[in-house]
Amino acid sequence: MQALTNKAQAVNRKPMTFLERLYLINIIKGMMITFSHMFKKQPTIRYPEEKREFSPVFRGLHVLNRDEEGRERCTACGLCAVACPAEAITMEAAERIEGEENLYREEKYAAKYEINMLRCIFCGLCEDACPKDAIYLSETFAPANFTRKGFIYGKPDLLIPNPKTEAEAYAEAKGVEA
Amino acid sequence: MTILALDWALLAEKLIMIAIIVLASLGIALYTTFAERKVAAILQDRPGPSRAGPFGLLQPLADGLKLIMKEEIIPNAANKWLFILGPALAMTASLMTCAVIPWGSAIDVFGRHIELQIADVNIGVLYVFAVVSMGVYGIMIGGWASNNKFSLMSALRAASQAISYELAMGLALIALLMTTGSLSLKTIVEQQVGGNWWNIVYQPLGFLIFFITAMAECNRTPFDLPEAENELNFGYHQEYSSMKLGFYLFAEYINMIMSSAIMASMYFGGYDLPFFNEASVAPNIAAMIGVGTLLIKIVLFIFLFMWIRWTIPRFRYDQLMGLGWKTLIPLALFNMLVTGAVILATQ
Repeated sequence: MQALTNKAQAVNRKPMTFLERLYLINIIKGMMITFSHMFKKQPTIRYPEEKREFSPVFRGLHVLNRDEEGRERCTACGLCAVACPAEAITMEAAERIEGEENLYREEKYAAKYEINMLRCIFCGLCEDACPKDAIYLSETFAPANFTRKGFIYGKPDLLIPNPKTEAEAYAEAKGVEA
Repeated sequence: MTILALDWALLAEKLIMIAIIVLASLGIALYTTFAERKVAAILQDRPGPSRAGPFGLLQPLADGLKLIMKEEIIPNAANKWLFILGPALAMTASLMTCAVIPWGSAIDVFGRHIELQIADVNIGVLYVFAVVSMGVYGIMIGGWASNNKFSLMSALRAASQAISYELAMGLALIALLMTTGSLSLKTIVEQQVGGNWWNIVYQPLGFLIFFITAMAECNRTPFDLPEAENELNFGYHQEYSSMKLGFYLFAEYINMIMSSAIMASMYFGGYDLPFFNEASVAPNIAAMIGVGTLLIKIVLFIFLFMWIRWTIPRFRYDQLMGLGWKTLIPLALFNMLVTGAVILATQ
């Protein structure tokens, strides 16, 4: 058979010499290898105290964004729900009434906005689809829960804190912008 | 009326010593389990147990507590008495070895001259052999009483392994006994103390054989076939739970400590600290230094055991038997003959 590469090596079938058959030398060699590992740096990250940084493109839990004045950006256009391949997003739209201009940026807003975190595959297509820059994926992940219902995140869970009234919490939730 | 003319102080002294040595062995065994996990971890670039207490030092206590709190299960089909007797026997046999080990020279307290040895039996080495052979009964009875085919298979393996390797061990020891001329461990150690060469110099091959067979007797890797978990699920203690399982696991570590102590005593000078003149300090301090020296030697041997365990894979069963019968026994016989010839020639 023609060899495709010249990497193949014939197996050495020479009978073992007496020293090799004793195995002791090879055992000592092996023990030296394990001994040398005592001085190697451990790659372990001691989790709760030490955390590995997420990569800048990490796609975690969703955040519903607000503008600089603390108004919700989402207009309930439904493009994210359409883009979602896992059909995890549902929403109900409502019309902004007089006196709510400081709450919602445009005339239409999402009265109900739910993401099922058990369905979501964290692909980030909703983020891409959003014309209003209203939804993006943060650098956290969904914590464990006891019930399935607990994984359906509504607006209170998703909305970013108001930058006007809770500036600190807002900055924390915003995190490092990619 | 005196029925028995006993030296009560001697009795008290021995009882206190037994208590100290048994408790110390248990304590050391407790931390040997911890050391095993830590050594394994460090050799594999892992941190090992580090959560319980500083550096994970409370881990063995947590493990022990867990074992005690677990439900005690005796299988329906098991022979109940033998099932309970098994771990008890394994533990007793492994603890009994410590009776003849000389832990130090002697100390003078309250006007009494106390030998740091529970019993200086003049056939100490034979006693050790007898007790070590008893240990196999613990495993055999446990495996048999469980009424589980895997346990039985493993008990059979343990028994045949112990028998094969005890032979080579005995033959390796005969050569040593020929050079020492005594069966008492105290005498053997005293011959090595104070500037004399350690027995390892006279019996390097004998020590190698003894070390390999000791590893096999302790069921340590590469000879841990009775506990080969990928072949026998868990081994002879598969049906055991709670502290009965703990006793089996513990007995193994105590066996390891005792065989380390015996190897240190017989081949590495026991409590002898090299290049140190014992007469230059007070006798009590010298004895304490001796105890510390023996403990350090034991710890080094235990580390060697662990180091080997985390380096070499397990033997195949036919290879194990081949090594025992076809290599170690002829080698031990050869060693014995050479030793005899040398002793004759130098007489």
